[in-house]
Formats: sequence, C-alpha cells, structure tokens
Amino acid sequence: MGGFLVLPQAIYPPELHKNREPFTGLELLTGAGYFSDTLMYYGYYSNYTLRSHMNNCTENNLPSSAKWECESKYPSYNMPLAYFFTIGMAFFITCIILVYSMSKSFGQSFRIDKSHGMLAMKAFCSWDFKVVKKSSVKLMSENIYTQLKELLAEVNQRHNKNTALQKLWRLMVHSLAWTICIAGTTGCVIAIYFSSDYVHKQRAGNVSRGSLKEASLLALPVLVSLINLLLPGLFNLAAWMEEYNSPSVRTYVAISRNLMLKVSVLGVLCYLWLSRVAYNSDSDIYIKTSSQCWESFVGQELYRFLIIDFIFTLLNTLFGELLWRIFSDKVLKHKRKPGFDIAKNVLDLIYGQTLAWLGVLFTPLLPAVQVLKLLLLFYIKKSSVMMNCQAPRRPYRVSQMTTIFITLLCFPSFLGASVCVTYTMWSINPSESCGPFRGRKTMFQAGKHWIEELEKENPHLSLLARAHTYLVENPFFMFVGAAIALIVIYFQSQVVDGQRKIITLLQEQIENVGKDKKFLITRLQSMHEQKRAPKQSLASQDSGC
Amino acid sequence: MGTTASQLGKDSLSEYQELTFLTKQEILLAHKRFTELQNRDERNHPNATRVPMEKILTLPELKSNPFRKRICHVFSTSEAKDGSLTFEDFLDLLSAFSDSATLEIKSHYAFRIFDFDDDGTLDCGDLEKLVNCLTGETDDTRLTSDEMRQLISNILEESDIDKDGTVNLSEFQHVISRSPDFVSSFKIVL
Repeated sequence: MGGFLVLPQAIYPPELHKNREPFTGLELLTGAGYFSDTLMYYGYYSNYTLRSHMNNCTENNLPSSAKWECESKYPSYNMPLAYFFTIGMAFFITCIILVYSMSKSFGQSFRIDKSHGMLAMKAFCSWDFKVVKKSSVKLMSENIYTQLKELLAEVNQRHNKNTALQKLWRLMVHSLAWTICIAGTTGCVIAIYFSSDYVHKQRAGNVSRGSLKEASLLALPVLVSLINLLLPGLFNLAAWMEEYNSPSVRTYVAISRNLMLKVSVLGVLCYLWLSRVAYNSDSDIYIKTSSQCWESFVGQELYRFLIIDFIFTLLNTLFGELLWRIFSDKVLKHKRKPGFDIAKNVLDLIYGQTLAWLGVLFTPLLPAVQVLKLLLLFYIKKSSVMMNCQAPRRPYRVSQMTTIFITLLCFPSFLGASVCVTYTMWSINPSESCGPFRGRKTMFQAGKHWIEELEKENPHLSLLARAHTYLVENPFFMFVGAAIALIVIYFQSQVVDGQRKIITLLQEQIENVGKDKKFLITRLQSMHEQKRAPKQSLASQDSGC
Repeated sequence: MGTTASQLGKDSLSEYQELTFLTKQEILLAHKRFTELQNRDERNHPNATRVPMEKILTLPELKSNPFRKRICHVFSTSEAKDGSLTFEDFLDLLSAFSDSATLEIKSHYAFRIFDFDDDGTLDCGDLEKLVNCLTGETDDTRLTSDEMRQLISNILEESDIDKDGTVNLSEFQHVISRSPDFVSSFKIVL
C-alpha cells in the first residue's frame, strides 16, 4: 500500500489548497484540520497521470507525436489506476490469507470423531512433571481437583431432565433476556442515528470556526465507544440472570449478542455515511459547511472512530480492570481475581479491524495507524492481564474458539467491509473537487478507461480488452465462479461426513472383534477342558482295572 | 589431597549421547548429580552400583512428585524390583523425560508409570490410584467414592474403544495424541 500509493504521491505533491489550516494538537484526535490536506486522505491524491520530468517535454513546442514519444520515455504513473488496483489487490490478498488461515484452523479443530473426550484427556495429560516446589504441587493438585469436579458436574447436568413446568420457566427467562438485549441494541442504534443528525445540524448552524467546533466532531465516536463499552455489561447481567448450565453455551450466547450489537452499530454508520453524505451532494448541509470532499470526510470519521476506540480501550484497561480488581478484593471479598473476558476483547479487535478495512479506500494511511494501535494495545493488555486477572479455571477449548473467531473475522467483518467498498466503487459518484477519481461517474470507470486507452494505443491488446469486458463486467461470470466454489465446498463436506461414518463403523468393528476373541477363547478353553476330562477318566479307568 | 569425583570417560560420554536423547551437558550434569547421591566408596564405579530408591527420592525434582515411586519402579532394572537405579537407569529416566524425546516414547513410559499393578493395561484400580495421585494426598481434595466411580466410568467410556473394561496402550496413545501439550508437560529437567 505504502509503496504503490503513498510514495509516488509524496514525491509529486499536487498544488496546495489555498486556505490550509495551521496545525493544532486537536488534529491527532479529530483527524481534520491540518491533516485533511495531507497524504492521509483520499482528497490529496491527484487524478492525472504523474510523470517525472514533465517540464522537459512541455517546454519546447514539439509536434504531438514527438511529444508522445518524449513523454513515454520517462517513467509515468497513472494515479487513478494505481489507486484503484492497489485497493483491489489489497482486498484480494487479504481475502486469500483469511480463507487460508480459516481452512487451516478449521482442519485443526474439526475433530471428525467425538469431541467431548475431555475427562480422559484431563486425567492423563494434565499433570505437569516439571513442577518441583511442594506448594506449587499442592496448588496444581487443587486445580486439577476443581477442574475434575466441574467437568463431572457438567456431565451430570446433561443427564438431568427438567419437568415441563421448569422448561416453560426457563423459556420465559431466556426470551426475557433476549428481549432486553435486542431492545438495548435497537435503542442504541436509534440514538446513534438521531445524534448524528443533531451534531451535524449544530455544526451547520454554528458558522464560526474554533476548536470547540472541531471537538464537536468527536461527539459521535465517543457515543459509539461508550455504547460498545456499556452494553456488553448489560448483556452480562442478562446472562447472569439466566443462569446457564454449561459455560460453552454461555460463551456462545455472549458472543452472538455482542456480535449483533457491533453489526448493527456498524451497519447504521455505513448507512449514514454512504447514503446521506455521498448522495446529497447538491443541497446538503454537510457539503456546504465543510468545503471538503465527502470521501475525505468519511475517511476522517473512520480515523476518529479508530482513535477514540483506542483511547476508550486504554482507559478501560487501565482503570476499569484495576478498579474492578480492587473493588472485588476489598468490597466483595472474592478470593479470585476477575477473569479475562476473551470473547469481548476479541470482538473489540474484530470491530477495530472492520473499521480499518472500511477506511482503506478513503484513507490509505489507515492501516499504518491500525498497526501502531494494535502494537500498543497488545503490550498494554499484556501487562494488565498479568497484573489484574487470572486464568479461567475451565479448560478453554483454544482451537475451537480460534476457528470461531477467525470465521467471525472473515464472514461478517471482512465480507461486510468488502461489500461496502465494492458498492462504493461501483455505484456512488465520486466527488467533483478532489481525489484521484474526480470527474468520473464511478470509481470503477478508471479501470474501464484504462482498458479503452490501451485498446486505442495498441490494437494487439484488443483481445485482452474484450476478455476484460466479457469476464469482469459480465455478472454471469461471477455467478459461475460462486457456483463452482459452492460445489467444491459441498463435495468436501460430503467427504467429511463419509469419513465420520466410516469411523463409527470401524469402532463398532473393533468392539465386535474383541467380543469374538473372548467368545473364541472361552470356547477353546471349554473344549480343552472337555478333551482333558475324558482322557483323565480313561486314565483312571485304566489304572483302576 | 582432595578426592575428585570420577570423571566420565570420553567414549562413554559419546556412547551415552548416541543411545539417549540427552545432550553432552545434560549427561555430565546427570553424572554429577548421581555421584553426589552415592557413598564415597561407590563413586569410583557409578555404573556398577545401584542407588537405593530412598536416596533417589531425595532429588528435589522428584521429591514432591506424586508419581515418584512409580517412576523409580518403571526405570529400575534390578531383579529385586526395589526401585534402585544404576547410572544407566538414571540416564534412561532423564532421556525419556527430556526435551527431545518423541511422543511415542513419552506415551509409552507414561502408560507404564500409570499402570500401578504392572499388568499391561489400565483397569479401574489403576485409574482410581491415578486420580488419587492427581488430586493430592490430603483428605479435603479427594473425590468421594460416588464421584470416583462416575469419573472412572466416564473415562472408560471415552477412551475404551474395544469395550473390554481396560485401557490398553493403543487406546492410551489415542487419547494422548489429542492433547497438544502432553509433550511439554511430561518433562523433568535437572
């Protein structure tokens, strides 16, 4: 990304905008102001072909053919095309990497045989022979004892059947909890929708520029981050009220509720940006007040969301976990430290990553910001976990959870981001005044335009151009490709099913062979006894005579 | 003036290195620790004499391990079956518990260690003793007999494939192969 887009543009900067604002510290947070005319955003990138030594060719009055030769001698760089293809390739490569790692982890965790064999594994493999100190040995024994007891209790629970009345009661409690969660989510979505309206109206009304106005840009991200922080707490309360029996079901329910929240938040934000900001380009208050292009504005919004999310996570880690530990130590007098909520943290990471993917089209430097943020977050979280939390007592099925998280990363997150970006590229008009695609109907036109030019210049490549027209633009090809992928997946799942059936048959066979062996051995023994008994009676008869 | 401990000969050292999974430093360290356990007069012939089990159990790495007696019995080659070890038995022990030993070796020896009655299979009595060793010697961490019965029947249900009521070596290895950190937990380092 950096090599293809940022460096060429940095070397050949376009003409500067007239009123460039001075740098104040607030820019790091809001991303607007000084930053809006820099490499960070879409609006900075030029829409023509960059050529080095352009001055050499335009100085003399050369005829047009010589001029063309002159220009083609020096390296040129078609900026719009580069922008378009770099983003496309980046998404494609990310897609391949994700699918590959998903299939690998799926293969590792997808045990074809029964996957509930935890007790035997616990009994045979959990003793760590490296432990030397007596106190640690005692601790390990207690740990194993607790784990075995909990596993046994879990197995017992499965066998208990509830009466009809209890089932009805549980059904009511579950539906109440789900209603609370869905109502909470819908309420937050509506709040986001109306508050963004309100904030923008405020900005439109207040004409004077000042740092307060810049800071008001931060209101929406702060609201969203607050929602992301507080609502999972509500979900936890609802889950505690429900009293799930098995912890894995509880984890799955928590993950699905958090996922629902994040998907709806991101959905409403995308809707706000793509439909309102992009389309109402003539009579809109947004564009009138901020004389920027809408893509840069969306990029800035995404940058702000990312930064505020980071700040809130930092604050939550530093103060929230520390305070909770002190609270549970002194006030509630729990002996254990609070557990580290893996599901919530991973979903937060996936949310941040989705924001980064959405923003790549509008803010090419966003991946760098995201990498920096992830590095910092990793080290801070690591030290916080060491200090404040303790390991969960139940054995955590790492490989299965990894599969689930990677699937979540791939499916809702990456797919949603790429669908949004494709929709933007395909059908939304780029803004007139900035960016590498200004003046065209859609961003996709850049690719088409290049193919047409290529065809004009070199008739030998017309085959390629025609292939491109038929393959890429024809939706039929996409359907065929998707159908082939689905057929391959179906075949694989049938193979796995067949292997599972074979394993059950083989297990039954082993059992039967064991039984056969026992049967044959007893028969052999009884036959030997019979043979020996008549011989003995014969011998005694002989001796008797 | 001062008596020096007998050094390990160079060819013995390379021979041991070839026959076990241990590195040179580990063998030398094992030699040093083993000769410390022996009496003064025995130190000149570490291979010929056996160190009794009580002395082996004073090693800090084995002192608190609930399986220490079984380990000594499994690796001991004495005819009296008293758990005493020669130096080569000791090297065998360390080799099986070392970093570079394969999963097969480790699971083989783990099976023999858990087989408390030495009959080649893990039956209910073996499993009960195993669980008691795991959960600790004190009374408040022992499972009740009901829980023990249920636990053992669950373990047999999960791991006994041929349904003969015992876990043999292949079934044991099948269970072990599903656990990713058996190799790293079945380790003793001096």
